[in-house]
Amino acid sequence: MAQPTQNARARTIQPLAETPRRASILKKLRARPTVKGSVIALIVLMVLVFAAPYFAPQDPYDLTKLNLLDGRLPPFSESMDGMVYWLGTDDQGRDMLSAILYGLRISLVVGLTAVALSTALGSMAGLLAAYIGGFVDALIMRIVDFVLGFPTILVALVLLAMMGRGVDKVILALVLVQWANYARIMRSRALQERRKEYVEAAANLGFPSWRIMVFHLLPNCIAPVMVFATIQIATAIALEATLSFLGVGVPITEPSLGLLISNGFQYLLSGDYWISMFPGIALLVLILSINIVGDRLREALDPRR
Amino acid sequence: MVLFVFRRLLQSLFVLLAVSLVVFFAVYAVGDPIELLVSPEATMEDRAAMIARLGLDKPVWEQYFTFLWNALQGDMGKSFVHGVPAVELILQRMPATFELVVVAITLTVVFGIPLGLVAGLHRDDYTGRGIMAGSVLGFSLPNFWQGMMLILFFSVWLGWLPASGRGETVSVFGIPLSILTVNGWSHLIMPAINLAIGNIALVLRLTATGVYEAQTHEYVKFARAKGVRPERIVRRHILRNILIPVVTVVGMEFGSLIAYSTITETVFAWPGMGKLLIDSIYQLDRPVVVAYVMLVTLIFVIINCIVDFMYAALDPRVQLVSPSH
Repeated sequence: MAQPTQNARARTIQPLAETPRRASILKKLRARPTVKGSVIALIVLMVLVFAAPYFAPQDPYDLTKLNLLDGRLPPFSESMDGMVYWLGTDDQGRDMLSAILYGLRISLVVGLTAVALSTALGSMAGLLAAYIGGFVDALIMRIVDFVLGFPTILVALVLLAMMGRGVDKVILALVLVQWANYARIMRSRALQERRKEYVEAAANLGFPSWRIMVFHLLPNCIAPVMVFATIQIATAIALEATLSFLGVGVPITEPSLGLLISNGFQYLLSGDYWISMFPGIALLVLILSINIVGDRLREALDPRR
Repeated sequence: MVLFVFRRLLQSLFVLLAVSLVVFFAVYAVGDPIELLVSPEATMEDRAAMIARLGLDKPVWEQYFTFLWNALQGDMGKSFVHGVPAVELILQRMPATFELVVVAITLTVVFGIPLGLVAGLHRDDYTGRGIMAGSVLGFSLPNFWQGMMLILFFSVWLGWLPASGRGETVSVFGIPLSILTVNGWSHLIMPAINLAIGNIALVLRLTATGVYEAQTHEYVKFARAKGVRPERIVRRHILRNILIPVVTVVGMEFGSLIAYSTITETVFAWPGMGKLLIDSIYQLDRPVVVAYVMLVTLIFVIINCIVDFMYAALDPRVQLVSPSH
């Protein structure tokens, strides 16, 4: 049994874990073996990524550790000093396994940051549009329509072509193309919520608008936004990889998975498949796991089932 | 109807204006437009002539109208690299991209709709689940990597298909086409599959969801109770109703495929306008980039308009004018 707490806040939070709705969602999720597999894959990837400096065979950024004579070795080759390159080496003699572990980290950081920022920005815009309405609503939603009227890849590509490459610029471009989705979802949800009594009650109590929006509306509208955000992490990672592949994404000094794949492209035709293939598999596992979890989460949360 | 078309066209015009404004400010107002638009190798006279022609010594709003006026006449400046008008360069490359996109759309319809139908009708057995699982894989595969793996398998390892280029073309009304030669097809099929896979997954899922939901409707239950043959129910009662959103999405995907063709064209060295865009970005050939953005925006606006008109024509429930008017 739960311990009685002095803090009233904590007490209100605790029972949530046992609400039938939450239990049924978790049950639905647990029933699918693919979800289990994806969650395990994600956890393994996360651990690999953040523990990379401790067990990666090589520091891929330390140019003094690289030996050009070890360049483009196939998987399972041995280096000059007896180390085994499990996944081969690239043209610089860099161990692909280490490069992938570090590359995953950059891909993940870019994807997560971009999604966090666009969720925040988009939710705020959606809330403002729904709560204030009128001219503000019209203005925000026209901008949203405008942004969503074009394919994300093209807008991001053109933005980056003008800004130049860089991790911060990629994140900015991703945020600029993705926030509008969140704004749309948040607005439609908030429009339903704002008519409810608790919002009216809060307004009658004389709470300022920002407080009603942040503490009353937001918590009640956030669920569909978060489900969408889960899937968008995969989209953001894929988009970053694509932009880096096209040469407008992250700089060469911080190679993400997309850039690693791109580096291997020129050696593909001579049969050196490992330079592009393995980072691609890592990318695919990452995106696929996120998509499966997100997809099932959406299904489980769908009230119609 | 006339009012609806008129409004929709007006709206499109606004979008075009907005994009031109954004592009104008991105290129002209931020940073030095002379730096951006005049080739670094230009002589002093060329430079002076360019400044005079673009009116860069005039106030900003006047510059914008000059830009707009030139753009309306199809003048977006000359490519620094190729020395020909940027618009002409893009129009030359357009047929290759369109050919690729049309083949990809055909593949999408041919595979996406039937597979989606099967997945929707057999949602809870292994066939349906297998197709749906495959579709998640389909849209998770990063486009460029999937293209590279196609090259690896079919060109490098098996040696069946060429890895790049467009192959032999036949000129039809002055437009070179690859789909008319065997060699052209061998070059075309891999890029087309590459471009289509994500879309097949999308259309498949949309169809499957639609079919599944349509089955729960009263009119389907009634038809079944009445003893209508299952094939007829699928054809007349289910497919008819779900095809409208599917057709809309396929139509809109035409535009996004043009955008995604930049990736496919880069991987397969397909000489379309997407490859031109990427090359121009690398070579800092800004007039071409600007012209590409404006032209693709125009294509998009036209596609969106057509889709909306078709939607209105296909579905009698679509309200042409909002009820308040």
